[in-house]
Amino acid sequence: MSLKVLVGVKRVIDYAVKIRVRPDKLGVVTDGVKHSMNPFDEIAIEEAVRLKEKKIAKEVIAVSCGPAQAQETIRTALAMGADRGIHVEVPAKEMEKLEPLHVSKILAKLVEKEGGDLLIVGKQAIDDDTNATAQMTASLLNWPQATFASEIKKTDGELEVTREIDGGLESIKVKLPAVVSADLRLNEPRYATLPNIMKAKKKKIQKMKPGDLSVDVTPHLEVVEVLDPPVREAGIKVDDVEGLVTKLKEAGRI
Amino acid sequence: MAASTLSKIPKRLITVPWRALTTRNISTTYPLQQQAQEASEFYKQEHLELQNSLKKLIDTEINPHVDRWEAEGQFPAHEVFKKLGQAGFLGVTKPEEYGGLGLDYTYSVAMGEALGNVNCGAIPMAIAVQTDMATPALARFGSDYVKEQFLAPSISGDLVSCLGVSEPSGGSDVASLKTTARREGDDFIINGQKMWITNAFQADWMCLLANTSQGAPHKNKSLICVPMDTPGIHLNKRIDKMGMRSSDTAQIFFEDVRVPAKNIIGQEGMGFTYQMLQFQEERLAAAALTLAPLEICIRETIKYTRDRMAFGQPLLNNQYIHFRLAELETEVECLRSLLYRATELYVGGEDVTKLASMCKLKSGRLVREISDSCLQFWGGMGFTNEVLVSRFYRDLRLVSIGGGADEVMLSIICKYMGILPQAPKKKK
Repeated sequence: MSLKVLVGVKRVIDYAVKIRVRPDKLGVVTDGVKHSMNPFDEIAIEEAVRLKEKKIAKEVIAVSCGPAQAQETIRTALAMGADRGIHVEVPAKEMEKLEPLHVSKILAKLVEKEGGDLLIVGKQAIDDDTNATAQMTASLLNWPQATFASEIKKTDGELEVTREIDGGLESIKVKLPAVVSADLRLNEPRYATLPNIMKAKKKKIQKMKPGDLSVDVTPHLEVVEVLDPPVREAGIKVDDVEGLVTKLKEAGRI
Repeated sequence: MAASTLSKIPKRLITVPWRALTTRNISTTYPLQQQAQEASEFYKQEHLELQNSLKKLIDTEINPHVDRWEAEGQFPAHEVFKKLGQAGFLGVTKPEEYGGLGLDYTYSVAMGEALGNVNCGAIPMAIAVQTDMATPALARFGSDYVKEQFLAPSISGDLVSCLGVSEPSGGSDVASLKTTARREGDDFIINGQKMWITNAFQADWMCLLANTSQGAPHKNKSLICVPMDTPGIHLNKRIDKMGMRSSDTAQIFFEDVRVPAKNIIGQEGMGFTYQMLQFQEERLAAAALTLAPLEICIRETIKYTRDRMAFGQPLLNNQYIHFRLAELETEVECLRSLLYRATELYVGGEDVTKLASMCKLKSGRLVREISDSCLQFWGGMGFTNEVLVSRFYRDLRLVSIGGGADEVMLSIICKYMGILPQAPKKKK
């Protein structure tokens, strides 16, 4: 049974960039700032490509919702081994207000349209950290979900997934079709080789709008304020335990 | 942290355009490089993808180990080259039939810029020896036999190469080299010495320039592929250098070294010409390699002087320092523009000897100026071996010397300007 795999990838601010709050305090500065593929999504693409190499998957489709530049993220996925891409165009202004629920609806519709057998996404995006898209998409599709995957094994018609949970590792079996979200230790993504980067130029990226999938992207949430975390204050050194107790009493902590 | 910094800016600066303030606080160099490059529209999407991928490889496979390799005095060339080879980075401009990608020279320059993100000068230099010094003539003029034996495995990263041109008696004066390769039946017998050979201790083969006949010094030399395990090749002790410490450099002796004559690259007697042809690429590559370290020096110095307090305020607040850094940044952009212009002309088929020599000259001079000024601003810390700026100060000093010394570049430029004096005619 050869699976058709869709992978959701998101274009986010590069993890190495120092984030700055916008002066209007309603978001962070994105203009002229380096963006790349969400690291967890890289892991998701890598896993899908490995499934294809093991002949478990027959096609890997990379999907991204975003402005025109989201195509660069899809190209990176293609360079890593995805076969084709789908770009759901969401203009930059609307992108700020796009919520996981909207993305879940879009992904659910796409998966149905394409006849996908497996949807892999990163467990969360490093910009909003919501960790909700995989779960909501599974629910909309009424598919089983295996989140925080650190290992995926295919058995007949089923997936055996090891999940990273607070208490350690948990093994579950899910029937296909299913939604999986990739965690950090699932794999180490390959760097796109130069031959593959050049080949990716010829791979197709289909363009569409949320409206084409009958998805309404009206926001339900309003950002009230975005603030920097409080500046860390300097500590003081004390000589001994008595000194510590005295200082704590002085500060009114005990 | 960003928000509170904003509130401390004196009122008169609030009128500065927002973009200027934004760019000042982006901490990592690489995003800024990307912005500078994108703004110039010199690179297309594929070039940027190449750089992203190479940067990832450098971050995971190379940079974590650089400090150790510098201390040990050698980096594992076979390991690193194999990783680069597998990802396709050693054959960017080389023919596809031998595993290369057959891309144009702009991709080489893109790669050179990305390579500059390694935290030392030695490793990019060693890689450049493989891609831009030992193999271009081989790829262009070599027979199928030598291309199969030496080019293909060098592109895949299975073999490490070195370039044998400089000698103890002459580096800049290539025409006067003394090593001979005497034809004896189906072989060449090589005798002589080579000096300053990068990758010497790890190389599997050498691209050797030697005298193969009597005659005019520009017409009597040939390039020969010499396997380094051939009997008669002796490596003298490792040269102890002030910089580029993770690169193994040696003096090499050749005593009656026998190699098959079919190891010759192209035509006998054309070696000097072939070598000269690849000099343009070598010089552009050298300039490309320096851009990233220069930016890193400036960025790291900004970070340091912003945190470092003296006389009650950050060092960076002193006009001498921030103005000087702005001057240096301007110079880097000038060098970048010169490089891009020369590359575009070269890719268009023009002879860019004059511009390429200017690129090499300028980058050699600029790395000394920038690393010296930045090191000064680091104060005592700059003098220690614990910071990147002092390593770049040592490593980059070589740029004015190797790959065509500044003085040779100046002679070439003078020649093109028509102001180089004629050599006095010898009385017969």
